[in-house]
Amino acid sequence: MSRDVEITARINGESVTKRVPARTSLADFLRYDLELTGTHVGCEHGVCGACTVRVDGDIVRGCLMLAAQIDGAEVETVEGLSASGELADLQAAFLERNALQCGFCTPGMLLAASELIATQPGAGRKEIRAFISGNYCRCTGYEAIVDAIETVIKQRNGGGAANG
Amino acid sequence: MADTPFLSFHDRPNSYIGRSVPRPNAKRLLHGRGVFVDDIKLPRMVHVYFVRSVHAHAKIGKIDASRAEAHPGVAAVVTGAQLAEYCKPWVGTLSHLEGMKSPPQRAMPIDRATWQGEPVVAVIAESRAVAEDAAELVEIDWEPLPAATDMKTALDADAPLVHPDLGDNLCWRGEVKSGDVDAVFKKAHRVVEETFVFARHTGVTLESRGIIADYDPSDGRMTVYHAGQAPHNMQAIFAEQIGMPEPDMRVISKDVGGAFGLKAHTYSDEVATVALARMLGRPVKFIADRLESFVSDIHARDHIVTGRMAISKDGKIEAFDIDDLTGIGPYSMFPRTSVIETYQILNLTGVQYVIPNYRARGAVVFQNKNMMCQYRAVGHPIATTVSEGLADLAADAAGLDPVEFRRRNLMADDSYPTKAASGLPLEGLSHHASLDKLLILMDYDGLRREQEARRRDGVYRGIGLASFIEITNPGPLFYGSGGARVSATDGCTIRLDPSGIITAAIGITEQGQGTETMIAQVAATAVGVPMDQVRVLTGDTDKSPYGGGVWGSRGAGIGGEATLQAGKALRGNILAVASAILQTEPAKLDIVDAKVVDMGTTTERISLADLAALAQFRTGDLPDDLQPELVVTRHFRVTGYPFVLSNGVQASHLEIDTNTGFITLLKHWVVEDCGTIINPQLVDEQVRGGVVQGLGGALYEHCIYSDEGQLLNGNMADYLVPMAAEMPDIVVGHVSTPTKTSELGAKGAGEAGTGGAPAAVLNAVNDALKPLGARVTAQPITPESVLRALGKL
Repeated sequence: MSRDVEITARINGESVTKRVPARTSLADFLRYDLELTGTHVGCEHGVCGACTVRVDGDIVRGCLMLAAQIDGAEVETVEGLSASGELADLQAAFLERNALQCGFCTPGMLLAASELIATQPGAGRKEIRAFISGNYCRCTGYEAIVDAIETVIKQRNGGGAANG
Repeated sequence: MADTPFLSFHDRPNSYIGRSVPRPNAKRLLHGRGVFVDDIKLPRMVHVYFVRSVHAHAKIGKIDASRAEAHPGVAAVVTGAQLAEYCKPWVGTLSHLEGMKSPPQRAMPIDRATWQGEPVVAVIAESRAVAEDAAELVEIDWEPLPAATDMKTALDADAPLVHPDLGDNLCWRGEVKSGDVDAVFKKAHRVVEETFVFARHTGVTLESRGIIADYDPSDGRMTVYHAGQAPHNMQAIFAEQIGMPEPDMRVISKDVGGAFGLKAHTYSDEVATVALARMLGRPVKFIADRLESFVSDIHARDHIVTGRMAISKDGKIEAFDIDDLTGIGPYSMFPRTSVIETYQILNLTGVQYVIPNYRARGAVVFQNKNMMCQYRAVGHPIATTVSEGLADLAADAAGLDPVEFRRRNLMADDSYPTKAASGLPLEGLSHHASLDKLLILMDYDGLRREQEARRRDGVYRGIGLASFIEITNPGPLFYGSGGARVSATDGCTIRLDPSGIITAAIGITEQGQGTETMIAQVAATAVGVPMDQVRVLTGDTDKSPYGGGVWGSRGAGIGGEATLQAGKALRGNILAVASAILQTEPAKLDIVDAKVVDMGTTTERISLADLAALAQFRTGDLPDDLQPELVVTRHFRVTGYPFVLSNGVQASHLEIDTNTGFITLLKHWVVEDCGTIINPQLVDEQVRGGVVQGLGGALYEHCIYSDEGQLLNGNMADYLVPMAAEMPDIVVGHVSTPTKTSELGAKGAGEAGTGGAPAAVLNAVNDALKPLGARVTAQPITPESVLRALGKL
């Protein structure tokens, strides 16, 4: 048993106030309390990256953070970042390159890719591979994902040359 | 209906065959709008958590659930004995596997647990967390029993018996032979021999197994939302086990987060969930957490194979003999059994080569470990590694380059149809053409020169080749013939609605491989409409025609052909209606871009939307003797062959750090022949993803058990899977030999990568180590095993 805590946070731009058991993880809070099921849970011990979300501008593992810790914070998930259009070019590149199969890792992968592009705008394939190594994908073998991210980096840098 | 001429699909104006179109259904997934089982929430839904055996083998004594039952939020606590009233046991044998035995398995055992992780008590509560809290209050008097864990000693006279009633731990023995192996080995010019070890590993689907069973006692219907691959198969199984009429059991498998064969089987916790829903009369959800997944998802591989090859003076294979042993856990998995991996190894080893004398023997034993069953590329990685590992040894013994050895021994491209040494009928393969293409793609000679130069600097790089075959488009041979309700046929129901939209419902399912896209491409091509005017329905036993789902690389070959035939039939029916409306012969009309046109032109006579609306609403404009049939169903099953083989060849290029034992994968190449390619991008990505799963088995993945049968690394941190940084870029090329068993000509491609990659890597590692006099023969090939081979540990 655990006691409840009240949290108020901005989730995808909306203010949310909820009482949740103190032990509730951020991922479970988003999925079950707010029904933002685009954030997935793959391992629940911080390894696979499927639950990657953004808190106050940084990507975190939703399974390793407690919902109680987001009190007063700004949280962004794949739903919000899709609606705002922030992920649009990544999503288009992933679609074009078939950089997803089952799609379970995809929301977390998109958030990781988005942070990579923001923090390492000159990243090449090696840096991309290193950065997304915290996000497991069992379907694609990663190459298509690397290609898609590389394409977006080139586009944003004004190149725009597609690659295969 | 009148017979209308139909151009070859390659020549159709709207042909999507051979085009890399993106997957329309991927957009939902990219926006986080997928609906996986755990995303579904139903009114009055409760959650089940299973108390699992902590012992590999133990008697279940008294179970005291009183404290758990009294815990706030708990709906019920159910033991194996209580569940038995709602759920029949099953037996994982098939009648055509002679001599096979396996005892009845219950959803939860009553008196004895036989592996660590076996579900024993179900705790059902308002949330998963509360169920887990209450589970800690369940008290079970365990009486540990001796466990049989080592497959090598499982058949010893003093081995603990997994099931005393069976008398021994033998599940099945198989043998395949042709010619006289013993006589040839006695007088062979040269013999090479090796024992290969393949570790247990597992699928690690990123979405864990999950199920929601929703029983409505008022009408006796059950709806099951299942993270699965074969909804009709599961419909039959769930209905049978809990004693319901099959049509009242609806199974829906929509978005599935990776399956790889792992989600095609009957898991005791899933059957228990369905039975609990019936017992409680309300929806019950079970989602395996990652720790449960490792001890309850099927494991695979775990084989020890000793192989011998006799070769002639001119480097030709004269005889091939293998002996295989595997341990499959305490039961054979239902209904596909746990012996098919062995069956495949016995039948597939050496199939690439001309082998005059062949013998393969295999033993399958029970043990107190998690159950094993079919996982992507069933048996292929093992058969290919044994064949290709010995081929490289034989090449070396004969003083031949591995390429030259293969040229002398691979079956000739013009020798088909023929039979393999194991008796497998072979329809049309392209080993030599594939090898030729691969050598150019990878610049084999250039890499060899580079290898030689770098060795002088103490850099050890290796090049490994692996020719392979892949069983695809299976008929009933594996399962249906042995009594399992696993469909070898698939149907497609295709219709033209008054909106002008084509809807194709199909029995195969989608787990991300692109099923819905591929079906839409074939349907659009066959009817003559733009692809965005096709909708595809899959994965719902109430809505899709009966079918086998997706396993055994059957989706494109079987589902695609059913769709092609259904689409052609619908086109014929549409043109019959059009000819009546337009007062002309059907043969003078065609359908292009969703319009009926004069044959050979793009001049619109009537749009499909107008035609369909007329046929539905203004039927007075039609002649009295015409009943428009704008819904058509066609089925397809492979005939003339038990299955259709794909083939190909892979190459691995890697570097070994001889101080640390670390292996760096530099690049990987695949040339494969899956016949007609419907969507090149989808095929290539299946191949790449498959290769990486094979690389995982070759280098990282291993379910490590203690001698007592405890899984020691059952979590994502300790069980290694391939990550982006350590994977190479993979070059994929194709040779195309369409199968003549269908008009479409498509063979499967989903397992080729996994089947061949481990062999290519093993050969590359041994090629790198050769100048140092070291060899490895066990997978995963770890830095430790490399250092041991080098004598540094």
